[in-house]
Amino acid sequence: MNHPLPPDTANEPLAPGQRLPDSERKEFSPEALVEIQAIMAKFPDKLAATLPALHIAQREFGFVSLAAMKAVAQAIGIPEGHVFGVATFYTMYQKAPVGRFHLQVCTNISCALRGAAQLLEKVCEKTGVKPGQGPSADGLWSVEEVECLAGCGSGPCVQVNHDVYDEFVDEKKLLEVMEACKRGDYRPWAK
Amino acid sequence: MAAIRTKPDPQIYTFPGFGTDKFPNLMLRGAGDLDNWHLKTYEQKHEGYVALKAALKLEPVAVVEEMKTSGIRGRGGAGFPCGLKWSFMPKDTADRKFTRYLVCNGDEGEPGTFKDRAILEYNPHQLIEGMIIGGWAMQCAKGFVYIRGEFLWLVEKLEAAIQQARDAGYLGKNILGTGWDYDILVYRGAGAYICGEETALLNSLEGRRGEPRVKPPFPAAKGAFGQPTTVNNVETLAAVPPILRMGGAEYAKLGTPKNTGTRIFGVSGHVKRPGLFELPLGTPMDFVVNELAGGSSTGRKIKAIIPGGASAPMFDEKDFDCPLDFDTVKARGSMAGSGGLICMDEDTCMVQATLRLIRFYAHESCGQCTPCREGCNWMEMVLHRIEHGEGRMEDLDLLASLTPRIGLRTLCPLGDAACGPMDSALQKFRHEFEHHITHKTCYATGSRLLSTVGAH
Repeated sequence: MNHPLPPDTANEPLAPGQRLPDSERKEFSPEALVEIQAIMAKFPDKLAATLPALHIAQREFGFVSLAAMKAVAQAIGIPEGHVFGVATFYTMYQKAPVGRFHLQVCTNISCALRGAAQLLEKVCEKTGVKPGQGPSADGLWSVEEVECLAGCGSGPCVQVNHDVYDEFVDEKKLLEVMEACKRGDYRPWAK
Repeated sequence: MAAIRTKPDPQIYTFPGFGTDKFPNLMLRGAGDLDNWHLKTYEQKHEGYVALKAALKLEPVAVVEEMKTSGIRGRGGAGFPCGLKWSFMPKDTADRKFTRYLVCNGDEGEPGTFKDRAILEYNPHQLIEGMIIGGWAMQCAKGFVYIRGEFLWLVEKLEAAIQQARDAGYLGKNILGTGWDYDILVYRGAGAYICGEETALLNSLEGRRGEPRVKPPFPAAKGAFGQPTTVNNVETLAAVPPILRMGGAEYAKLGTPKNTGTRIFGVSGHVKRPGLFELPLGTPMDFVVNELAGGSSTGRKIKAIIPGGASAPMFDEKDFDCPLDFDTVKARGSMAGSGGLICMDEDTCMVQATLRLIRFYAHESCGQCTPCREGCNWMEMVLHRIEHGEGRMEDLDLLASLTPRIGLRTLCPLGDAACGPMDSALQKFRHEFEHHITHKTCYATGSRLLSTVGAH
């Protein structure tokens, strides 16, 4: 009888968590912990603090790394697996580093009818990065194609970091927005 | 606290005749004026908190009755009568006391819909007032406002407005001497369209993955944090103060008998004046698109209109006269949904438009039910194949055979929503799909709707 060979561990795929890039930071700042405690106290169940805590983690760590998820689980006192499940469910938690200015272009139907596809190509051309590719060499830009930003009436719309800037963005407007980013007129992505 | 954003926005909110008896201005009062969110402005200019003071003098049951008289139907999409929904909440009995919650659904993610955002931007106090009245009517312990994650600046604005209301004594302990305690908490989502579905929203509010729950139990029995809960749309709750100010019977005179009141229609796509227009229900669609939104912006005829946000089946030319109310739109084979009208001109390639919509549903499916998770992805792949000139005639039958296997076979309506555009596009614009298959190129000559650098 043939015995099965021992599993070849060298080529085994990594566990889901190990595939995520690592962040420099490993722990929350004391102020962030206070903030999370305050949120936990406000809601009837401490589990409700998961989403807000992940938002705080993204602000502190720059993106939601595995270390950030572990820190959230520890701060709230809930299983790490739960936090991993939540963090990977929602698209606004970036699981990889983004640039200082994260440009999110809506390409859904209303914006597409007004030229969002061409705008996204323009954004990629001007910044030199493609969606989902991570930040540009200078660390300034990253681009993401997103679903509806609720700016349908004034599309195509672009969100820079955390604010929606939606005034009928064309090439001229896009260059203005990028100039304004460099001047520092925009809310920064993370601390 | 973060500074409140004061960036003007270029949206159109008004039209000639807006604010008169024919087109009353109930929810978009002061829209366009960035100072309008202050409590002082709301109280001085827009009869702010008058309705609340009147409501607190009434018995909670009387407030629910007033809502029933008004006949207002939920503005989120399904059009369920709001007063009836409120009356489903369990009442306290001698041996059982309930902790009830009111949840406001501000997870505006439906493509083509951008109304809640205007209310939150310019009239947050009207929403807060509506939530307090709703809380009183159902004797709730707390209210939660769930707002989509992208609206960070609106979360900050709403929190500032809630603080103003707290300082004025409209929220907190013993509100206006009634002995009733109530507070509103704001919760920020993190980018999931599915959280607009009420039970998915409740899961998300509890800090879980936004996956819809099995119904029953309905939220009125077991909702947020396991307690009886009512979920209402932002627009529905913002309509509550005007209803109580003018009286339910007076409000019921607006619109048509079974579809009362006004609603905010968002017009987007190929029109000259895209924007938000508050109109009585039953206003004909061609009036909204041609008179108010200025008709086609490209000079070409409008070929298709989606009447209620991306999930609604499309209308072609012969239905453009459809009165926009819940029942008529449904009778004509679509749904009034969230009131977002998306207009597409003659040169729009319907294969690309359908692919773009189906890609959205494939991306946003939560993955819980197999028919929706797999079905939407397969529809996307087949449409992708047709769009890239590799389609076969059998593909059209394949697509038509997929939708009945998805629709009504999932926990939540996301699967049905994906079938709406797919079925209607195939029925009404089949020749474009056939042209794509036989000629390997678009039937229409308009600009591309799909980018070549997409990450999807």
